[in-house]
Amino acid sequence: MAQVTLDSVRKIYPNGVEAVSPASFNIPDGEFVVLVGPSGCGKSTLLRMIAGLEDITDGALSIGDRVVNTLDPADRDIAMVFQNYALYPHMTVRKNIAYGLKNRKTPKDIIAQKVDEAAKMLNLTDYLDRKPAQLSGGQRQRVAMGRAIVRDPALFLFDEPLSNLDAKLRNQMRIEIKALQRRLGVTSVYVTHDQVEAMTMADRIIVLNSGKIEQIGTPAEIYHNPASTFVASFMGAPPMNLVAGELDSGHLSFAGLSLPVHADHRGPVTMGVRPEDLVIDPDGQLHMEVELVEELGAHRLLHGMVDGQRLTVHLTKEIKAHTGPLRLSCHPDRLRLFHPETGKRMDAQMATQPRTQTESVAS
Amino acid sequence: MADITSSVAVPAPTRRRIRWSLIGDHAILIAGSLFMLLPLLVLLQTASTPDLETMKNGPGLYFGDQLDDNFRKAMFEASGFSGANTGLSMLKNSLILGLGFAFGKIVIGMMAAYAIVYFRLRFATLAFWLIFTTLLLPLEVRILPSYEITQKLGLLNTYTGLIVPLIASATATFFFRQFFRSVPEELVEAARIDGAGPVKFFIDILVPLSQTMIAAMFIIMFVYGWNQYLWPTMITTEEDMYTLVRGIKQIVQVLEGNEIPQYGRANVLAIISVIPPVAVVIFFQSWFVKGLTESDK
Amino acid sequence: MKRAGFDSRWLPILLLVPQLTIIAVFFYWPAVYALKSSFFLQDPFGFGQTFVGLENYTSLFDSSEYLKVANFTVLFTVLVTFFSLALALLLAVKADNVLRGAKTYRTLLMWVYAVAPPVAGFMGLLLFNQRWGPLMELFGHFGWEFEMGADYSDTAFAMIMISIWKQVPVNFIFFLSGLQAIPKAVREAALIDNRSASGRFWDVTFPLLAPTGFFLLIINITYALFDTFGVIDTVVRGEPSNNPMTLVYKVYVDGFRGNDLGGSSAQSVILMVLVLALTVFQFRMVERRIHYT
Repeated sequence: MAQVTLDSVRKIYPNGVEAVSPASFNIPDGEFVVLVGPSGCGKSTLLRMIAGLEDITDGALSIGDRVVNTLDPADRDIAMVFQNYALYPHMTVRKNIAYGLKNRKTPKDIIAQKVDEAAKMLNLTDYLDRKPAQLSGGQRQRVAMGRAIVRDPALFLFDEPLSNLDAKLRNQMRIEIKALQRRLGVTSVYVTHDQVEAMTMADRIIVLNSGKIEQIGTPAEIYHNPASTFVASFMGAPPMNLVAGELDSGHLSFAGLSLPVHADHRGPVTMGVRPEDLVIDPDGQLHMEVELVEELGAHRLLHGMVDGQRLTVHLTKEIKAHTGPLRLSCHPDRLRLFHPETGKRMDAQMATQPRTQTESVAS
Repeated sequence: MADITSSVAVPAPTRRRIRWSLIGDHAILIAGSLFMLLPLLVLLQTASTPDLETMKNGPGLYFGDQLDDNFRKAMFEASGFSGANTGLSMLKNSLILGLGFAFGKIVIGMMAAYAIVYFRLRFATLAFWLIFTTLLLPLEVRILPSYEITQKLGLLNTYTGLIVPLIASATATFFFRQFFRSVPEELVEAARIDGAGPVKFFIDILVPLSQTMIAAMFIIMFVYGWNQYLWPTMITTEEDMYTLVRGIKQIVQVLEGNEIPQYGRANVLAIISVIPPVAVVIFFQSWFVKGLTESDK
Repeated sequence: MKRAGFDSRWLPILLLVPQLTIIAVFFYWPAVYALKSSFFLQDPFGFGQTFVGLENYTSLFDSSEYLKVANFTVLFTVLVTFFSLALALLLAVKADNVLRGAKTYRTLLMWVYAVAPPVAGFMGLLLFNQRWGPLMELFGHFGWEFEMGADYSDTAFAMIMISIWKQVPVNFIFFLSGLQAIPKAVREAALIDNRSASGRFWDVTFPLLAPTGFFLLIINITYALFDTFGVIDTVVRGEPSNNPMTLVYKVYVDGFRGNDLGGSSAQSVILMVLVLALTVFQFRMVERRIHYT
């Protein structure tokens, strides 16, 4: 077990494309970090550099207290779970799990014991003598996990391990993997494009976009305080509402809404608000024309327009809703402001006032 | 910590590992390539050198200037008795054999495969087995009776006799059957809903879909036909029917026969017999490889 | 048959007629003819034939010459198959490793596929030329008086070398495509599990290539048995005399040159049985072979 440190780790492909811009972060021992981003954002490349499957163009990568840049994958004391599981099709489950140990000259009886333990932990005991082709997707996934855990590596690497499973199994495996990692306490780096996986599994999330790190933070930080419009719209389903507003002389205005803020910036601004932070309020200043009510059982989503801009509102199941005009309000604490061009968060201070007062100011 | 540090990151010197194993890989590949090329280089060298020099010193290190002269002799002067087997006439026969064989095999194979895959046929299983049994026995093992029968049919020294018996095997049929089976079922259903009958479906949909496969098969079959040796040796006795590959034996005799063996001229003929199939394989490499490696599935 | 086939009655028959006619005339007829002739003794002057039962077969197995040819065929087949497979596998693995120049190597290693066997034999004649052949001279330096055409084992050596040279490309192409079909992630998993390159090859790559290798084994045996005819005919210059030859070449020599139709047909039938056995073996193995999916 070990901490992992990246110091300006960078990847430039021979064709000159920079797949990963210099990235620096530290993963403390035992932490579960999720790299998330859309496809092509460099998350897999970053993971594969940590694994040693891709050369590092620049920078230093250390696992524990060793710089491992030039070490072969087999010498980095890592274990990896691949997207397509990458099981050896000609070996039985038992041999698949044992293969890495065998090559490390582990005594036979210890291998047998470890394989049995792992199999028990993963409910694979009955399948040890089968070949991968005779297993279901979920079972193959478990074998891939087993292959990783018997090795007692310093670091687990996961490359979209659940993307080939159906939705139900994915939810189940998500919980299993997370629980397993908790139990074993092994530092883990997990790559996914699925923001739900990122939110539910991570101790800390690293959001990547076109080779650059957009934000590093706990799931709650990322969700509530996104560092950019990219993070705001990528994380959370439905994503944060992003609308164009206007800042001038201490006031933020959007549609009929006007809120006092302490900000130096003047002019257009992108305003962000999570759908669940918009509340129905007969005295609210936002006039929404609801076009569609999306019934989701536990809650409802209203989709519609406010002053020509699209907005989504999240309602708990107790609150009834229908299409047509509706009035909304929003607590100023919940508003996030972003620079209209760069998309970066602006640390404008909302004038923190009680809600009633906000409304009275607004009215 | 955990920041997108703007701190001055001193990039660790990434030591480029010298990959000895990679150098070894290249060495082996170069040796292998040379092993494949060497005979061709000797052929080219002797084809471009005066025969007397070759006879005295053997193949040298430099190419000579006789290629033109040897080429002219090889192409336009006859090497046999009747005067009919010039290089040019052999080249023509080789082309007819290669192209005719490839074309015939593909057309007949596609038709049969279409019938087997796309029609409800009462004796489909029987037809299938009748056709695919031919995969079991190569022409070489039934060469003599095939010759007798071709003779009985009066097909000796004809292009029909040269080409058609070679087509009597189901490799192309089998290949197209595999390919047609991989074409999605919905396509026939959609075509039927759109009002296409079996002929329209074949011409408008299946043939265009099979383009790459046809190209790949054509290359493989052309090379196979061009390179036929045993069958043409038996079936063509008249020199004006010789193909280049069949003529090679006579080329050898020319080599031996004269006082100063005509290495140059003979070698030019050997080179000409190699160029078309090799060129086709090299230029259409990806199709060829695809066709070859997918035919076993 | 497709689930949604066409119902036409006459069209499929029309489509099948050309193929069926050709194979009836040029496949089934000759095959049956060979089987029949193998039970008859042909009059050397062409006046009729006598039924002799299995005599053509028994006399073959009593013939020390036939057995010698059979022995040589086995040796020839084993050597050609083994070395062309091994060499091709080595080259394919290396070609799969390198990135730079991969395409050039591929072309240089596969063009020989398109060379006709007799032309390959012709090139061999040059290399082993008795007066000035470069290979003959090379062997001379090592004290090996190489005499192709005169010395039985030297001629055999040349035949085997040429046949291997001709067959490496096919095997190379198949092995390379087999290697490229191995999922990248499986190789990467092996990279993490095993630090030794040779260990990874024997534990992971080689077993995954086994289906390709098995398919090629059959292809190569068939090649060595039948397709090398052109190589042999050129190397012995059409005059087998004391030179080594394979079973197929003997079918041709006895039947076409020696006019022994019965004996030659019996040999054909034996070869047919051999090929059938090989094919049945192949199908059985294919059925049992593990489908890695």
